[in-house]
Amino acid sequence: MTLLAVENLTVTFPSRQGPQSVVRNVSFTLGRERLGIVGESGSGKSQTGRALLGLTPTSGLATADRMEFDGIDLRAASPAQWRKLRGARMSMVMQDPKFSLNPVMTIGRQLAEAARRVASGSADARDRAVAMLEAVQIRDPARVMAAYPHELSGGMGQRAMIAMMLITEPDLLIADEPTSALDVTVQIEVLRILDDLVTSRGMGLIFISHDLQLVSSFCDRVLVMYAGRVVEELRAADLAQAQHPYTRGLMGCLPRIDGDQRPLPTLQRDEAWAR
Amino acid sequence: MPLIDISDLHVRFGPVHAVRGVTLAVNEGEAFGIVGESGSGKSTVLRAICGLAPTSAGTIRIDGQTLTAPRSPAFYRRAQMVFQDPYASLHPRHTVDKVLSEPLAIHGFSDREARVERALNDVGLGQGFRFRYPHQLSGGQRQRVAVARALILEPTILLLDEPTSALDASIQAEVLNLLDRLRSERGLTYVLVSHDLAVVAHMCERLIVMQHGQTVEELTRAELQSHRAAKDYTRNLLAASEGFTRAAP
Amino acid sequence: MSTREWLLTEQPASRRQARLGQTYRTWLAFTHNRLAMVGLGIVLVLVVVAVLAPWLAPYDPIVGGSLRTERLLAPSWQHLMGTDDQARDILSRIIHGSRITLLVVALVAVIATPIGLLVGTTAGYYGGWVDTVLMRITDIFLAFPRLILALAFVAALGPGIENAIIAIAITSWPPYARLARAETLTIRTADHIDAIRLQGAHSARIIWGHVVPLCLSSVIVRVTLDMAGIILTAAGLGFLGLGAQPPQPEWGAMIAGGRRFILDHWWVATMPGLAIFVVSLGFNFLGDGLRDVLDPKAHK
Repeated sequence: MTLLAVENLTVTFPSRQGPQSVVRNVSFTLGRERLGIVGESGSGKSQTGRALLGLTPTSGLATADRMEFDGIDLRAASPAQWRKLRGARMSMVMQDPKFSLNPVMTIGRQLAEAARRVASGSADARDRAVAMLEAVQIRDPARVMAAYPHELSGGMGQRAMIAMMLITEPDLLIADEPTSALDVTVQIEVLRILDDLVTSRGMGLIFISHDLQLVSSFCDRVLVMYAGRVVEELRAADLAQAQHPYTRGLMGCLPRIDGDQRPLPTLQRDEAWAR
Repeated sequence: MPLIDISDLHVRFGPVHAVRGVTLAVNEGEAFGIVGESGSGKSTVLRAICGLAPTSAGTIRIDGQTLTAPRSPAFYRRAQMVFQDPYASLHPRHTVDKVLSEPLAIHGFSDREARVERALNDVGLGQGFRFRYPHQLSGGQRQRVAVARALILEPTILLLDEPTSALDASIQAEVLNLLDRLRSERGLTYVLVSHDLAVVAHMCERLIVMQHGQTVEELTRAELQSHRAAKDYTRNLLAASEGFTRAAP
Repeated sequence: MSTREWLLTEQPASRRQARLGQTYRTWLAFTHNRLAMVGLGIVLVLVVVAVLAPWLAPYDPIVGGSLRTERLLAPSWQHLMGTDDQARDILSRIIHGSRITLLVVALVAVIATPIGLLVGTTAGYYGGWVDTVLMRITDIFLAFPRLILALAFVAALGPGIENAIIAIAITSWPPYARLARAETLTIRTADHIDAIRLQGAHSARIIWGHVVPLCLSSVIVRVTLDMAGIILTAAGLGFLGLGAQPPQPEWGAMIAGGRRFILDHWWVATMPGLAIFVVSLGFNFLGDGLRDVLDPKAHK
């Protein structure tokens, strides 16, 4: 079943040299699955994620031939419609929880506030908040509920953030580098939580990352972006058989624990990829 | 005799005991890795060597001589550091030329022009970059400038604090190759701090794994490559760096 | 290659070209702000008027005309701003008065800015007891209302424009010291400061070569915005008879002189008041524009 369909998404920003498109003609569909978007900095992967939620910065302009979420045309959505969708049915997890949590409110209050949209009363909202914190593997939910964001470690904060985004039980979660600020061991735990949610709740997940290895081991499908374009779309399992020289170059230039290639192969960029 | 000899190093910042008794020895010409997660104290060891963090207890010896606080000018010509974030480690109002010629001025070199030119060529930047400001450079180019700055006093020891973790994968490969080449050309000694086991395995002959300010274990590259780690913590790190593994349904 | 291209090139070939290009880029950003350009225009007019005062002024600013026929004349084509009770042309006095205003502004900027920068960056960079001592001294100066402290200085040193300038300069550096210290506290932990420390640089070199240039822009903005207040303080001292002494054509003193006839002869006090207003506004616009261009924290 198709949850999200995007055709020819283009995001343009003005600059001194005239308008610059940071995302160009990106098309894909998403079911209830894990879709990875991989690219280096400046490839347009984050702007793609933001445009899907209507969060393109006001200086930029996002256009598409088609952008449908569960039958709703997102291009024509009014601010009121967006408010109903964002948070409730589509959510976004950012790289750094510090910027996304309110620093002067306890985690519990922020969670309960988000839960009010789906809960029947404030007691129910609180119960849901505790249940959600347990679901993201926080062992001591009572303490975390009473804590302020700065009192939590990076991994805890990121889990609280994910709990906040998931408490409304969205159908689509866009995760923009959700684990890049975390240590590898914590990162794997957080991914396991996301993975469970996709499997048990049938959520659609867009996982945006620069880490090709991580994405290929976690997602079902991968879009590889370069200079605003999708240069290759492939099944994660087939990554080793990638066709595009950029994808292959990106795979090849990573050092490996058991490899001893010296010097490392470097990526030879081709002007034609950006066209 | 090892070139860098650290015994029972402790670093305290007020109530925080960041490094709790680390001992290590690095031989001349060797690349030595320190691996750990955030808060493990790995960067603090590096900063203690060059005097940016206070040594609360223990000794650091270079060539058998215990380092004094503050460090002598001779020390700075012996050891230099490359920082993690190339956006924060270059002065935003100084051109590349100024960044590279200032250390030469401090230490009274006379042939500054020639040295700056050579340093730029050595890190593969060329003269076209000489009068640019940091905002006119990409992340990888900035990190090359940082490496050039560290090498301009011709030190024998290079302390590398996560030199590639702020860079894209393809740029990381270029910078790692550059560091590799410079080491073999000049016989440099590296101490490389990283959270990325693959980077350390690629660059270093020996390494220690740190957690909570202490050494978990010491490994050689061969041991790391064949996953022969003795401690659970190291094994977890190794497993996690392989990527995500889904339990079979 | 045009001059513009030469300036905006991403690959400057010499130190001079790099510096000029950087300056030109800042200037381009500045010219986008219309109010800032108005402010710059006003300040430039002030400078030109001050420099060319003897040639621009139609009459003598000190010696008036006939006391019987030319006293307190309303604005007319002969006297565009009228005359005062000494039969002096007010326009000529305002034109000559711009020299005093400019002198006050320039001297205060030259004296107070370096003191503030030095105290603030030193305190912020060293921290510890140096910081405590320097900042307590700053606090003492900050605790006094500026005009009262200036009054005390003038009372001790004797009235006169030079002493007024010294008094204003001494009372206006503490906010710059605070600002510079706050900036320094964030700069001194930056990697690039650690890096230069590791090159063996001495503290003086780090403070002057690395910390001060980064504090300078926000201090310059602050000084520019303060100029209006400084002009007003100088005028206030003049008004109270403690600044410029008669017959010097200082704007504040001119208002004080015209106060007695304000109901019957409004122009005598109003014209210098307008001059103070326009120049103060000009400095405020300029300061706002400079903040948009120079202060990185003000960017979106």
